[in-house]
Amino acid sequence: MKLLTHNMLTSHVKGVTNGYPLLIKATEVKVNEVDFNPQFVSRMIPKLEWSTLVQASDSWCELIPDYDKNEEFLKKVHRVLLEVEVIEGCLKCPESGREFPISRGIPNMLLNEDEV
Amino acid sequence: MKLKELESHLQQVDVFEEPKILLEQYPTSPHIAACMLYTIQSTFEDIEGKLVADLGCGCGVLSIGAAMLDAGFCVGFDVDNDALNTFRRNAEEFEITNVDLVQCDLCSLEVDAYAKKFDTVIMNPPFGTKHNQGMDMKFLRAALTMAKTSVYSLHKTSTRQHIQKKANDWGVKMEVLAELRYDLPASYKFHKKKSRTTDESPLLRHLQVLLKTSTSNLSVRPKADPRTEITT
Repeated sequence: MKLLTHNMLTSHVKGVTNGYPLLIKATEVKVNEVDFNPQFVSRMIPKLEWSTLVQASDSWCELIPDYDKNEEFLKKVHRVLLEVEVIEGCLKCPESGREFPISRGIPNMLLNEDEV
Repeated sequence: MKLKELESHLQQVDVFEEPKILLEQYPTSPHIAACMLYTIQSTFEDIEGKLVADLGCGCGVLSIGAAMLDAGFCVGFDVDNDALNTFRRNAEEFEITNVDLVQCDLCSLEVDAYAKKFDTVIMNPPFGTKHNQGMDMKFLRAALTMAKTSVYSLHKTSTRQHIQKKANDWGVKMEVLAELRYDLPASYKFHKKKSRTTDESPLLRHLQVLLKTSTSNLSVRPKADPRTEITT
């Protein structure tokens, strides 16, 4: 699971009104090399919940103005959004505490019958 | 990348090891997938550099194709763990790094949380022939919520009018991009191989249409492609 995907995921356990953002508990993380596309990263930035990304990546980072012209900044964001991958662990619903497992890089958001 | 090249790559994508009938699992043929993706990019430019979602991704042939056509990032959603694992292995083999996979049930997903998060949605959804009637429309509804621009989906030809009516009700524009006939010998071979399944392959029974539904007003007519007997 990459952090770009994590930025979108929410918990929809029955009764939960705010299942976002999911807290990441990672036991295995990988960093891959992914082709850098500055225009794509630049376009994604305004769509992101920036605070979620900062929290998830456990690193800096202030969103600077004119980011679309700053390649160094975009490269940093690219690394965090697309190159960092949670392989094993779980995602915890901030309201219910329900844990969604991540296995082999795939988060399992399936709910049990009583949670739907 | 040329269409022929894309199709030849997609022929190497591993398919379902043991297709689950009730989930209507069958692979999108490499030919159909290649033509579909190629059209989406060359006519509408809705893949390259875009954030793409593949709903009911199965083993990932559409997502992998989208990645090969330089999608910015593609997220595949499917309910079945086995299919997703096959997809994951496929991505590793092709060294595709700009895809991600999520296991979830699109029927119980709160799609509004994902509203307009993706530029484009591509899919070959279940038709709703296995005690799950209306499944194709559920997928289409979810897709339209999640997409900012357009949804490209394969449906049974016989449901075209029903979908047009729904599109009108929902206030979305629908275009038929292609009417597809499956290469029968290939699908028959597939059917023969999996002799365990007593159910006839859906490929033999249904013709499909490729639809583009969108909330935007852009409309470009694609050129006819004789190989897939496209009728526009």
